Amino acid sequence: MIEPFTSFTGTAVPLDVDNVDTDAIIPKQFLKRTERTGYGQFLFFDWRFENGKERQDFILNQDRYQGASVLLARKNFGCGSSREHAPWALSDYGFRVIIAPSFADIFYNNCFKNGILPIVLSEADVDMLFQRTNEKRGYQLSVDLESQRVIDSHGFEAYFEVTPYRKRLLQKGLDEIGSTLEFKDKIKSFEEKHRIYYRIDRNEKASI
Amino acid sequence: MGKTLYDKVYDRHVVYQGEDQPSILYIDLHLIHEVTSPQAFEGLRMNNRVVSRPDRTVATMDHSIPTTDRSLPFRDEVAKKQVKTLEENCREFGIQLFDLESENQGIVHVIAPELGITQPGQTIVCGDSHTSTHGAFGALAFGIGTSEVEHVLATQTLKQDKAKTLAINIMGELPKGTSAKDLILSIIGKYGHDFATGHVIEYRGEVIQNLTMEERMTVCNMSIEMGGRAGLIQPDEVTFNYLKDKQYAPKGEQWEEALSEWRLLYTDDDAVFDQIVEFDASEVVPQVTWGTNPGQGAGITDVVPSPEDLPISQRKAAEKALQYMGLQSGTPFDSIKLDKVFIGSCTNSRIEDLRKAAKIVSGYKVTDSLHALVVPGSQTVKRQAEEEGLDQVFIKAGFDWRESGCSMCLGMNEDIVLEGERCASTSNRNFEGRQGKGARTHLVSPEMAAAAAIKGHFVDVRNWVTKEREEVGS
Repeated sequence: MIEPFTSFTGTAVPLDVDNVDTDAIIPKQFLKRTERTGYGQFLFFDWRFENGKERQDFILNQDRYQGASVLLARKNFGCGSSREHAPWALSDYGFRVIIAPSFADIFYNNCFKNGILPIVLSEADVDMLFQRTNEKRGYQLSVDLESQRVIDSHGFEAYFEVTPYRKRLLQKGLDEIGSTLEFKDKIKSFEEKHRIYYRIDRNEKASI
Repeated sequence: MGKTLYDKVYDRHVVYQGEDQPSILYIDLHLIHEVTSPQAFEGLRMNNRVVSRPDRTVATMDHSIPTTDRSLPFRDEVAKKQVKTLEENCREFGIQLFDLESENQGIVHVIAPELGITQPGQTIVCGDSHTSTHGAFGALAFGIGTSEVEHVLATQTLKQDKAKTLAINIMGELPKGTSAKDLILSIIGKYGHDFATGHVIEYRGEVIQNLTMEERMTVCNMSIEMGGRAGLIQPDEVTFNYLKDKQYAPKGEQWEEALSEWRLLYTDDDAVFDQIVEFDASEVVPQVTWGTNPGQGAGITDVVPSPEDLPISQRKAAEKALQYMGLQSGTPFDSIKLDKVFIGSCTNSRIEDLRKAAKIVSGYKVTDSLHALVVPGSQTVKRQAEEEGLDQVFIKAGFDWRESGCSMCLGMNEDIVLEGERCASTSNRNFEGRQGKGARTHLVSPEMAAAAAIKGHFVDVRNWVTKEREEVGS
């Protein structure tokens, strides 16, 4: 079960790249695994490692950002492939909040299923947070989901949007499938009236 | 107020609309493959749940499979386990699987349309972002993550907020020697890689109406490359003629009933889109991407741009992209030398794509220093190409002729581009490392890729001199 998200404070790390795609977040060679866990070690693999060694020019490898849990990012973060391995890797690495001027739709949606809060702030606010993170070693950001606010201890405060449903999803660690299955009868009566014009037979080799 | 095509399809599938929460949307067709499904099935088992509608779920294996001789054993043990897991899951839950032995196996977005399973007005999902392809039929089709795959398996529904709508009206006429791929790359290049985020796109206008179904699929396929949640095209006679007599399409009386329903799938004249743009197709020239996202492209007659010439907001990304791509600003595209050529992927691996590429290739030879491969989108495409003799055109020219799969589009199998190598690819993404670590990808049409394989560098296919098929081998 996913840990409920109410409020959170953590060290921020700035990833100053536009259009970070999910291929960069988790390269394809790690998608052959059939597990849901253990992807943190592969996060940003090609940017993070060179010949098996950590690249010092990559931001996550720098001493001052060790233990960071708030990712500052640029526009269109998480674009491309729908692979949920991307939020699995971010979450397993330790990120719980991602702040960017915009996110790609599928990635944004996937985050909420994995206890990560993606926050959209204006370009100007994101610029300011990048600047502060660069200037102040150990710079921290706090997020309060109930009041939908991001603050720091130096007077920064910004409100962010999140739909009531997604908010509940994070706050309560809701079982989405379970809650939809409560509408089983409605789904059944919908199916009785709804026409579909193809017919696939059940797999004859099925064991059930 | 009238409704858009998107409104009509969406509204027909709302099972329940509660307050302050997304609709429960019914899913007509759930496509699954080996990479994004194992964790979803595991989730079902952990919670003692079953697949709600195995008869509305269709599986194939395409991403991590080899495209070489299928009689040989799998060399990649991890991929083998993933494929085996899909087989076991389909058996356990009673799902129809088109496996490696099946004559219908292929890329999921190629086989569902060619089997006639993809139909107008459906809601279609798959754990794959290029599910937008099926929008070419006027189906609402989009990619989902693995948690949602599990949700659909368990409930045959999805919780969905309504998206915004974007109309792209495409006017003018697509010039001779350009293709649907050039059209969509030009649109993404003009408006940007994230232009349609949060929107369902409807492609409209005479240019779209004049495209074949396969060309429409190429256009809709790349909707996600400008951030679109889905791409839609109004179904018409072209759609219906394509579907008629397909294996899973309705027959007889049912066909007539379906047709009368499908003919109602259009945007009303008084419907309002959240955003509308007009695009003049007569400006389109054959495209080549120079950067690391599909919006970073230009015409073949251009030169590699200088970041200073781009809007300020794009400069930094352009500098980074040019460095990764190993390109100098000002370099003419037709002087860029290539190491690999890949013709395939859910964007461009259908029979028409192969015919167009073969027409360019016929009678020529692939440049010695270059490795070129053709990976048909499905076994059906492969068989048809072989019946038409296209395989021989490619093989005689020096191309590798492979079994169907996703292959070098994302390099999950052995088909990769090596570090520093440059590849002309008919696929959909030129992201860093997509085709292999350090691989440099240029997205092009099948015609442009074919011509580049012959010359060893990009050329303007509008000036290509085709040879007659008879000359092959002479």
